[in-house]
Amino acid sequence: MSSGSTQSIIALTGIRYRWRPNAPIVLDIEQLHIAPGERLFIRGPSGSGKTTLLGLMGGVLTPGSGHVHLAGSDLAKLSAAARDRLRADEIGFVFQMFNLIPYLSVLDNVLLPCRFSRKRSERAATDHGPADEARRLLDRLGLSEETLLARDVAELSVGQQQRVAVARALIGRPGIVIADEPTSALDADSRDEFLSLLQEECSASGAALLFVSHDVSLAHHFDRTLDMKTLNRALDGEAIKP
Amino acid sequence: MTALIHLAARSLWNRRFTAGLALLSITISVALLIGVEKVRTEARSSFTQTVAGTDLIVGARSGSVQLLLYSVFRIGDATSNVSWESYQRISSHPMVAWAIPLSLGDSHRGYRVVGTTDSYFERLRYGGDRSLELAEGAWFDDLFEATLGAEVARSLGYRIGDEITLAHGTGSQSFLDHDNMPFTISGILAPTGTPVDQSIHVSLEAIEAIHLGWQSGVPIPGQEVSPEDARAQDLQPRAITAFLLGLQSRAAVFQVQRAINAYPDEALSAILPGVALQQLWSLVGIAENALLVVAAFVVLAGLAGMVTMLLASLSERRREMAILRSVGARPVHVFGLLTAESTLLGITGAIAGFALVYIAMALGAPLAQASFGIHLAPSAPSPRELTLLGMVIAGSAFAGAIPAWRAYRLSLADGLSIRT
Repeated sequence: MSSGSTQSIIALTGIRYRWRPNAPIVLDIEQLHIAPGERLFIRGPSGSGKTTLLGLMGGVLTPGSGHVHLAGSDLAKLSAAARDRLRADEIGFVFQMFNLIPYLSVLDNVLLPCRFSRKRSERAATDHGPADEARRLLDRLGLSEETLLARDVAELSVGQQQRVAVARALIGRPGIVIADEPTSALDADSRDEFLSLLQEECSASGAALLFVSHDVSLAHHFDRTLDMKTLNRALDGEAIKP
Repeated sequence: MTALIHLAARSLWNRRFTAGLALLSITISVALLIGVEKVRTEARSSFTQTVAGTDLIVGARSGSVQLLLYSVFRIGDATSNVSWESYQRISSHPMVAWAIPLSLGDSHRGYRVVGTTDSYFERLRYGGDRSLELAEGAWFDDLFEATLGAEVARSLGYRIGDEITLAHGTGSQSFLDHDNMPFTISGILAPTGTPVDQSIHVSLEAIEAIHLGWQSGVPIPGQEVSPEDARAQDLQPRAITAFLLGLQSRAAVFQVQRAINAYPDEALSAILPGVALQQLWSLVGIAENALLVVAAFVVLAGLAGMVTMLLASLSERRREMAILRSVGARPVHVFGLLTAESTLLGITGAIAGFALVYIAMALGAPLAQASFGIHLAPSAPSPRELTLLGMVIAGSAFAGAIPAWRAYRLSLADGLSIRT
C-alpha cells in the first residue's frame, strides 16, 4: 500500500467509518486513489456518505479501520494538530455556498490559508508575496481590482463569491482542491464558466481536483468519474443514517 | 496568534452593534468599580491631608471620631464645650508650640462659622506643609469682620466689603438670626481642598458678641444688643468648642495626650487625628467594601452580558467555524478566537471605563469640592486600581472560555460540514 500512497495525493484503503462504536457503518471504501493533478468527479447525492468521506480526507474524522494517506502521510500516525496542519498545507476546499468569512475583506479571505499554513504562505510568497499572489489569482478568476475593493463580501454575487473561494483554495498551491457541490447555487451559464475556470486554475497550479456533486451532467468535464453508490459498500442493503 | 487577534477584532467589528452593547456594559461596570475605588482613596487622602499638620485635637470628652468630625470636618455638633481656662492652661503647656481655638455652632446659608484667632491663619497646615493664603483682602481684624473660605465666596458670589449676617445653629434654614450684628467681608482665602474652603472665619470675640443678650440658645426678648453696645462690653470668651494643638516635638504627643486626658478640672479628650481617622476608616470601611462588592457584581453582570452575546452569536457562526477549520484552523484556534474576542472586549472596556472615570472626575471635581470638601485630583492609576483592571481583563478572558469551549465542541463535532 505504501507504494500506492506515495504516488497518490490522497489514498484510502480499507476504510470503515461509523459515528459511534455500535452504530451502523456509514462509509465502507476498499480503495480510492487520487493521483497528483488528476481531475476526479464523484457523484454523490446527499446521504451517500459524501460529507463523511470529505471529513476523512481532511483528517477531521478518523476511520475505525483502514488508512487515509494525504500527500504520502498516514493520517492515523499523526496527532490531531498535525492532521490539521497537513490539511491546511495540502487541501484547498470549496464548499457549496457561503464560503467566505463575512467580516473579512475579499483579500483577507483569500489569504486565510496562508495564516494557518506556513507552507502555503511560503509557496505563495515565492512568486511575489502572498497579497500579490492573491491579487494575481483573483485577476485570473476574473475578479477585478474593483471587486477587491468591495468592503463587504456579502456585496458580491454568488458567482463572485465562489470564485473568491477558488482563489482561496488555490493560494499557496495545495496538492488537491476538494470542491463540494460548488456549482449548485449557480445558474447554468455561470456553472460552465465556473467549472472551466476551476479546471484551468487547478491545472495551472498543478493541483488535483476532486469534485463532488449530485449533478451527473457535469461528469464529462473530468478525467475519471466514480459513483458513491459503487464506491461506498455500506450503501448496499441496509438504510444509511446521515 | 496575531492572525487570531486580527480575526477577533474584525469579527467584533462586524458585530459592532451587539459587541458595542456588551462593551458598554463592561465599560460602565469598570467605571463604577474604579470610581468607587478612586473616590475611596481620594476621600481618604483628602481627609488625611486636612489633618496632616495637627498633632492633637482637644475637645470635651467624647468619642474620638466624633471629635475629629466636628472639629476639623465640621460634620455634626459638639455635645459640650471646653472652658476658656482649660484652653489657656493647656495651650501654655511647655511642650505646646501653638494652639488654634475653634468656636462652632453658627452658620451662614449652610456654611459653618468658625470663631478663632489669628493663629488659625498663621498655624493651620494642610496637604503636607502648606499654610493658608489669602486670595484677596486680609484676615479679619475688626470685631465685625469675616474671612471667607474660597468655596463660600465662590458659590455665594461674595466679594470684599459685602455684608453678611450669621444665623444661630448649623442648618441652612435657621429661624434664629444674628441679624442685629452684620459682618463685613475682609478677605477671601485661596482654595485648599479642605473644609477650610467651606468655612466663614470670625474672631472668638465676635462669637461672644453676637450671643450677647442670649440665654440657652435663644435671644432674651427686649434685650437686643446693638453692635455699638457689644463693642463696649467685655468679650473675653467663656468657652470654646475645641482646639487644635501643635507640639514642640512629635515625640511628646503621647505625654501631652495623657496629661490632657487626665486633666483634673474638666473632662477632656485629646486625640491623635491620624488614629481617629483610622477608626473612622474602619467604621466606613464596611460601607466601602459593600460598595466595592456591589461594583464587583456589576462587573460580573457586565461579563455575563458579554458571554450571552458571544454564546448567542455561536449558532450563526458555525459555518464560519467550519470555513476556518477547512483552511487549517485547529479547534484550539476556534477556542482562541472566541477567547481573543472576549479578552479584546475586556481590555477595551477596562480602558474605556478608566477613561470614563477620569472624565467624570474632571467634570465632578467642582461638585465634590463644593458639596463634600473632597478634592478630586486626576492621579495616575494606583497599583490597586491596576490590579482591579487586571482582574477585569482576566475575568473577561475566563468568561470568554465559556463560549469558546462551546465553539470548540461545536467545531469538533461539525468538522468541515457547514451547517446553517
